[in-house]
Amino acid sequence: MINPTAKLAANIFEKPDMASTREGFGKGVVEAGKADERVVVLTADLAESTQAHHFQKAFPERFIQVGVAEQNMATVAAGMANYGKIPFFTSYAAFSPGRNWEQIRTTIALNDLPAIACGMHAGVSVGPDGATHQALEDMAMMRALPKFTVISACDAEEGRKATLAAAKLGKPVYMRFGREKTPMMTTAETPFEIGKLNVFWRGEKPQVAIFGTGPLVHNALLAARELEKDGISSVVANVHTLKPPDPAIVSLAQETGAVVTVEEHQVHGGLGGAIAELLAKEAPTPIEFIGMQDKFGQSGTAAELIEHYEMGVLHIVAAAKEAIGRKKI
Amino acid sequence: MVITDAEVKNIEEKALAIRKTIVEMLEAAKSGHLAGPLGMTDIFAALYFHVLKHNPKDPAWAERDRLFLSNGHICPVRYSAMAHAGYFPVEECMTLRKFGSRLQGHPERDMLPGVETTSGPLGSGLSQASGYAYAARMDGKTFRVFCAMSDGEQEEGNTWEGAMFAGKYRLTNLTAIMDRNNIQIDGNTEDVMPLEPLADKYKAFNWHVIPIDGHNIQQFIEACDEAKSIKEKPTLILAHTTPGKGVPSIENDYRWHGAPPGKGPTDKVPADKQKDAFLEELQASAR
Repeated sequence: MINPTAKLAANIFEKPDMASTREGFGKGVVEAGKADERVVVLTADLAESTQAHHFQKAFPERFIQVGVAEQNMATVAAGMANYGKIPFFTSYAAFSPGRNWEQIRTTIALNDLPAIACGMHAGVSVGPDGATHQALEDMAMMRALPKFTVISACDAEEGRKATLAAAKLGKPVYMRFGREKTPMMTTAETPFEIGKLNVFWRGEKPQVAIFGTGPLVHNALLAARELEKDGISSVVANVHTLKPPDPAIVSLAQETGAVVTVEEHQVHGGLGGAIAELLAKEAPTPIEFIGMQDKFGQSGTAAELIEHYEMGVLHIVAAAKEAIGRKKI
Repeated sequence: MVITDAEVKNIEEKALAIRKTIVEMLEAAKSGHLAGPLGMTDIFAALYFHVLKHNPKDPAWAERDRLFLSNGHICPVRYSAMAHAGYFPVEECMTLRKFGSRLQGHPERDMLPGVETTSGPLGSGLSQASGYAYAARMDGKTFRVFCAMSDGEQEEGNTWEGAMFAGKYRLTNLTAIMDRNNIQIDGNTEDVMPLEPLADKYKAFNWHVIPIDGHNIQQFIEACDEAKSIKEKPTLILAHTTPGKGVPSIENDYRWHGAPPGKGPTDKVPADKQKDAFLEELQASAR
């Protein structure tokens, strides 16, 4: 059943409200700008589709247009953070950090500066734009960088809270957002703390832990409900922070003895990779990985692509059963 | 700002001391770049002993001028100039590139106070300096931002993205200094990838360009003054320099781009004699 302490939306299963995680960024960054005048926002010719235009309207003097130049955007942001500003630099994740990763590494990570890279339109759910624009490696790239915190919001409200929290963190942060409108699961009352996962669903004596990140957490919840119908109890955790990983991942794996990871990202190096690394050392557990299986995407609707690449509800259900079946008796 | 002959002479003496330390520290390190640092020594001596508003005893002084070094591989000249200016003991220069040293092979901001940014991978300094200058101007700060960069890194796209940005936003508090020494690792720049006409390119990007002889300290200081008076554009000081300056046996020889004394070409001076021979050449050139 839904975990009451997560204070989730009442209509989470029946006609949930829909909004994109990037909309949450758009709201959150305006609030962050109100709270702290050091906050600045940079865009590389994508003000509206990154939702940075809300900030542009509210604080035109703190909004910087760099043109289609993601390497420049990252390094200008580094210079501004070095001075003492808190820059959010925004583009599609395929280009930032896709194109400017070395600049981020050298000028932000090595300098340990509080610049916040915001990668939009992440995952296959960006849909019709096709494989070039579907960032599926961004979390792996950013998770590999020392100093960086990596966050992937599950819905717009969490995106808003994550943006506010990132502005206050004082460290390099990567945040990932999607374009598609996806179900609103969390509410203003849902707790959010960087580095702390949220259990969204907990059955009695759970046999499997499903760790999700991003909007696919909703599919994980739907899968938990299906599993319950089949008499399988599970726990679903929303892992919004991939790095640093929450030690609670270990205890949930130990409690259940079987794990499924769910993400709209390559199964290598993202959430699945992070959890596999952690559990291999702390609590070796059978894991099934839902995500892109070492492939690129293609054009289509978000729903078509999620099903085609086997990230749908029934794929998660099957993976959960598979993981449970692999438990040592 | 008029500079007297005596002041110029004083800076030239500092430059000689900085060059000698560069030769010694690179020989001790057994790796690193020699030609570029020697070529930029006159400019770094003028920066640290005349142009920059700074305090070696308080590297974090909020009102200091900021000097970004984009081509991090010439850091020996910065380290040596900083040491002679009093940031740290000159002896510490001999720890260059060694385990535990603050003097990393490419400079790191979090290791050595006074280094404004970590650099090495080419082409990203101008944008960082531009972002810094932009942020400082937002807050009405009056210090100046300098960015030293190489000619070879003009081959990096990021450099031109930064140039476009600084031109668009009229960053008059930014002065870039290009080490136009015409060499890079694989040969002469015009063979590897022709860069000219560099002055026209920067002018086309809405920069004010001042070509100078990079070994004429008076010209450099006058160019820095002129940059302050330009009110519509960022300024590029296009400094024509001689790689290996002060050591005639290596001057203009690209093979010395990435070699220290003791490890460079031996057709003129045997490896084991290179350090002492170069120190003697430096002293003789200075007379």
